Amino acid sequence: MPKVVIDKLVKIFGDHPEKALKYLEEGKSKEEILKKTKQAVGINNVSFSVDEGETFVVMGLSGSGKSTLIRCLNRLIEPTRGKVFIDGEDITTMDKNALREVRRKKLGMVFQRFALFPHRTVLENAAYGLEIQEVDRAEREKKAQQALELVGLKGWENNMPDQLSGGMQQRVGLARALASNPDILLMDEAFSALDPLIRKEMQDELLDLQKKMNKTIIFITHDLDEALKIGDRIALMKDGRIVQIGTPEEILTSPANEYVEKFVEDVDRSKVLTASDVMKPPSPLLMLKDGPRVALRRMKENGLSSIFVVDKERTLKGVVLAEEALAAAEKGEKTLDSILLTAIPSVSSDTPVTELLPTIAESKLPVAVLDDNGKLQGIIIRGSVLAGLAGQMDKGGTADV
Amino acid sequence: MSDIFKPVTDFMQTKIPIGSWVETFIIFLRDNLETFFDTATEGIETVIDGLVDILLFIPPPLLILAFAALAWLLAGRRIALFTFIGLGLIFNLGLWIATMETLSLVTVATFISLLCGIPLGILTARNKMANNVLTPLLDFMQTMPAFVYLIPAIMLLDIGVVSATFATVIFSMPPTIRLTGLGIRQVPEELIEAAEAFGSTPRQKLFKVQLPMAMPTIMAGINQSIMLALSMVVIAAMIGAGGLGGLVLRAISRLKVGMGFESGLGVVILAIILDRITQSLGKRNKKNA
Repeated sequence: MPKVVIDKLVKIFGDHPEKALKYLEEGKSKEEILKKTKQAVGINNVSFSVDEGETFVVMGLSGSGKSTLIRCLNRLIEPTRGKVFIDGEDITTMDKNALREVRRKKLGMVFQRFALFPHRTVLENAAYGLEIQEVDRAEREKKAQQALELVGLKGWENNMPDQLSGGMQQRVGLARALASNPDILLMDEAFSALDPLIRKEMQDELLDLQKKMNKTIIFITHDLDEALKIGDRIALMKDGRIVQIGTPEEILTSPANEYVEKFVEDVDRSKVLTASDVMKPPSPLLMLKDGPRVALRRMKENGLSSIFVVDKERTLKGVVLAEEALAAAEKGEKTLDSILLTAIPSVSSDTPVTELLPTIAESKLPVAVLDDNGKLQGIIIRGSVLAGLAGQMDKGGTADV
Repeated sequence: MSDIFKPVTDFMQTKIPIGSWVETFIIFLRDNLETFFDTATEGIETVIDGLVDILLFIPPPLLILAFAALAWLLAGRRIALFTFIGLGLIFNLGLWIATMETLSLVTVATFISLLCGIPLGILTARNKMANNVLTPLLDFMQTMPAFVYLIPAIMLLDIGVVSATFATVIFSMPPTIRLTGLGIRQVPEELIEAAEAFGSTPRQKLFKVQLPMAMPTIMAGINQSIMLALSMVVIAAMIGAGGLGGLVLRAISRLKVGMGFESGLGVVILAIILDRITQSLGKRNKKNA
């Protein structure tokens, strides 16, 4: 069962949303509705679900509705229509007390500008969630202490927030959200206010922490690099709608429309592309039973200087070079045994392109891409890496590189 | 020409009886809430008299030292020194009893002001409707000439310290209400969101986040209320507040400029001491916040 399900969520800002809702159903645009009804559409019919342990990133520029969306999940903003289920329970119909319980037990929130309580020490900030649940002091301070240690703030417990740097303050924010051990973390542009280097450090730490904790994280950002780095899946928002939901690779390699494509344009592709994104189909291939003459003919036909050899299960057995195949054929050999080279440069299919580059540079042969069982998935030649990095060029579209 | 406008001017000259409405209202209050006012009078009188008795029971040199020590603790060495010298001068000028009377009245009036003002301020911050009703009322309370309050005070409570307290409370309450409301409204939205996101009840939000964060502003309001109370206490001498104001009033009626100046100086010294101490209380709060 998914941890969080959002079903046809709509948020309209204004006193009279009824008319706006009607126009929305008729498919009128946000601008038209604002003009006609003076009601602002914040979120327009958004649906998605997040699995337990998943890091789900909602990405969009300012005004895209992403911050409104995350606030609808804990009803800091009341949705106008639609449902939000957490563990199968509909949040939107809960009374105040039930909602408060969910906020206390299941949801932890981290804010863009940290939102630490300036009149409380670091420890008191981290313990806030437990304090309002009336957990006794010793207990809540112990748990807050553990959360602070988890985020690397041991020894800072008795400082005031304004004595800490931005990065450290946000660690307190994270510790405050973790202290009551919620299943779900809502992170609203949590790292956006930090310096680039600190931001990167915090992203890495979040990934590390997530390995240990296995929380369900819903992370809002306007930074695509951050989304690609952190997200198991990414939802791209524009004008209150979701434009595309997919894994980072899907977003990068098959943008749903021009808007996503434009967004993706600037990404440093080498960071996120993997071997499987830039490999070419491995054909033609030789079977083990083929002889040197067949090998020669296949290479000639395809203009190759080498050819990969596999068995029936497509498990990679070796490679044959054109010169050696010629020599073997002249000698009248019938099998490939004497000329089969088994030391082949190979990588696994999820190797990032950046790590491929040294292997490719060193090797005269194409690099084989193997799956976990040693089966040949594809081959990489230098040219295909360049094409992959160039990105849009091989779509033959608008690229003016 | 004048004939054409005569009906209009006649109509306009037909007086709207606002004055008699107010009179009727006050008389209504007096007649119907007599027991309430009587009890309140007795209670407040007892407290103020008791406070004066205590302050006068302690030997002045000891009390001066105690005040100076308190000032040192709360506001630092310079204010402590000023308090010591200032109160010494008051004693020397023979204004001690009058000053203690004034101090008691200011203390009690301020206390009542805060007791009503802080909750009202919280109300204005949380309820838009209450804010819309109270804001013009506060404007009215602050701009109505202070002397005007003396009349209903006498009608309801007779001449004496209690009616003086009543007028003082009305006059000094607005800053506390306003600045309490302001302080709470000024708490950054994100902190309110944080408090709510973790599941605070409205009460927890108020006491754990809003009030502590608003404290420096509330303290500024309290400081203003004390200053207004002190200035009103002098005016309220006209209806039997006694104290330093009583001395000033006597000096006016006898045209004794020296006596007027000395009593006025007493008020100034008391004002500076109270102002500096409450201000530094506010600053301490800010530092902790």
